[in-house]
Amino acid sequence: MPVLDDDLRRTAEEIVARYPSPRSAMLPLLYLVQSVQGHVTREGMQEIAGILDVTTAEVEAVVTFYTMLKRRPTGKWVLSVCTNVSCAVVGGRRLYERAREAVGEDHGTADGQISIEEVECLGACDAAPVVQVNYCNYDRVTEEQLLGLVEKLRADDPPPPARGPAPRDHAATSRILAGLGDDRG
Amino acid sequence: MADAPRVTTGRWGIDGADTIEGYLEHDGYEGLKKAVSMPPDEIIDEVKASGLRGRGGAGFPTGAKWGFIPKDTGKPVYVCCNADEGEPGTFKDRELMERDPHQLIEGIAITSYAVGCTQAFIYMRGEFLEPARRIERALAEAYDRSYLGKNVAGSKVSIDIVMHRGAGSYECGEETALLESLEGKRGQPRLRPPFPAVEGLYGSPTVINNVETLATVPHIVRNGAGWFTGMGTEKSPGTKIFCVSGAVERPGNYEAPLGTPARVIIDELAGGVPGGKQVKAWVPGGSSTPFLTPELLDTPMDFESIQAAGSLLGTGAIVVLGEDDCIVEAVLRWLQFYAHESCGKCTPCREGTWWLVKVLHRMENGGGRMEDLPIMDDVGDNILFKSFCAFGDGAVSPILSGLRHFRDEFERHVEANGCPYKDRPVLAAATPRTGGAEGTIPAGEVIP
Repeated sequence: MPVLDDDLRRTAEEIVARYPSPRSAMLPLLYLVQSVQGHVTREGMQEIAGILDVTTAEVEAVVTFYTMLKRRPTGKWVLSVCTNVSCAVVGGRRLYERAREAVGEDHGTADGQISIEEVECLGACDAAPVVQVNYCNYDRVTEEQLLGLVEKLRADDPPPPARGPAPRDHAATSRILAGLGDDRG
Repeated sequence: MADAPRVTTGRWGIDGADTIEGYLEHDGYEGLKKAVSMPPDEIIDEVKASGLRGRGGAGFPTGAKWGFIPKDTGKPVYVCCNADEGEPGTFKDRELMERDPHQLIEGIAITSYAVGCTQAFIYMRGEFLEPARRIERALAEAYDRSYLGKNVAGSKVSIDIVMHRGAGSYECGEETALLESLEGKRGQPRLRPPFPAVEGLYGSPTVINNVETLATVPHIVRNGAGWFTGMGTEKSPGTKIFCVSGAVERPGNYEAPLGTPARVIIDELAGGVPGGKQVKAWVPGGSSTPFLTPELLDTPMDFESIQAAGSLLGTGAIVVLGEDDCIVEAVLRWLQFYAHESCGKCTPCREGTWWLVKVLHRMENGGGRMEDLPIMDDVGDNILFKSFCAFGDGAVSPILSGLRHFRDEFERHVEANGCPYKDRPVLAAATPRTGGAEGTIPAGEVIP
């Protein structure tokens, strides 16, 4: 079973056609295989290597460079907590520790529902402390709100973020990141 | 400051200004319409005359950058908008794209026309899902109304914009690393020369400008260079968005003329340190710019004055630390950031940030030694100006300026065998940011 079926192969070719040089489609195609498998597998990298006519090692070199490309199974909901200085002075680090306590020491729930990440500045320091769920921002988050957010994610019911529509799960978000359009309204 | 001129944030209070209808009602695309009726060189001359300097950190004159694009090379010319905002403390480009996406698109279109580019790119930070959604929607609207695509604004000009998302890497905001990433590679910087203006994307002449810079362009074209130079200072004309965060009452983006004193921005606009407390330290332009002390709060926020004061204007991101915040811990957290984000290409930056984190970690958590202070000075000096790109120079700003201005605070950490501050917010990262850099070194171990 290939990672990209015939439909997704055509999608991949459309993505490649957006660029003057095929290799520029590397990141979008990595997001595309991530949307299928939840993370980027060796098979996914091999298929991209074939599409872009580069070696698998060249694809892997790219995957290992970027934090949003996951090389291990990742939760349906990625909860990112900023602990850089502007968030930390108003409690970002404590939020992260609460999140870890709530979902377990392995950075995620055993059922693969939630992954917790400590992340760098998210460019929203006016709303510190900031967290993201699948890259949707939640502003000025209190510890209580954070625990409520974790409960909502366990129930697949993310609340509305600070701006824009509610997040989709990680696979659907990876499709958006692949440049297939954000149809959340 | 209430009646300060607003340029790039001028439409932020207007409902619906993020849609094409709202934008067109408020002078939207007037700059582009005017631009396509002008010879491209006249636009470059106008931007040169305006004195506009890049708003992404380096402050390089924008018109000069455009003027470096060689003509008739037989290669295409590319314009890349750098929307990979990630400098800690900086959040202006995100808000510019969320609130007024068409302003950026108009700026990219004008820039493209001026330098003879028909294919432009927006390199969007991957984590910016909402800014990207709004830019995508605005791009579709702009194509629909022929402000992009063929016959832009009724002219014979064609301009296409492709939005390209990053995938989580601060270094990709460095312009040559951005090009590498856009070419589908690891985001590592290139050796210069050749500069991107000569050999950039796919080896072709390329202009790379920051979001705020490009968002300013339509206003200059519409209102003229003279209008722009009427604001700000002689060498730093215009207005700038200052992102104020950290220990302040009202963190936020505040647009003000360049040259506005930092104290006005921090106290009057952002409300000062909560609880009437004092500023202990501040950076004027993000974590990559050296700390300044409270005595320098009256320094005008322009490129020259801030440099004369011993720092850099950077992105204009003012991060304030209050009297209760720990300098050592803030320096540690920022070094953790740099160690995590170093692309690994150059040894001084890759290894130096890693070692600095180790030493700072033990200083903060117990086990620091007085001789660690000169070690950190030395490691810092061995990173500064010794790498391909400015990342390494920025990475040592917190430690070198921290040691320069707050050496006593480092010494107190050694004397107290750890952080002397109690009941403080905890600033340092909880998890290893470099795959294990935080393991403490036994105090007796010699660092090579």
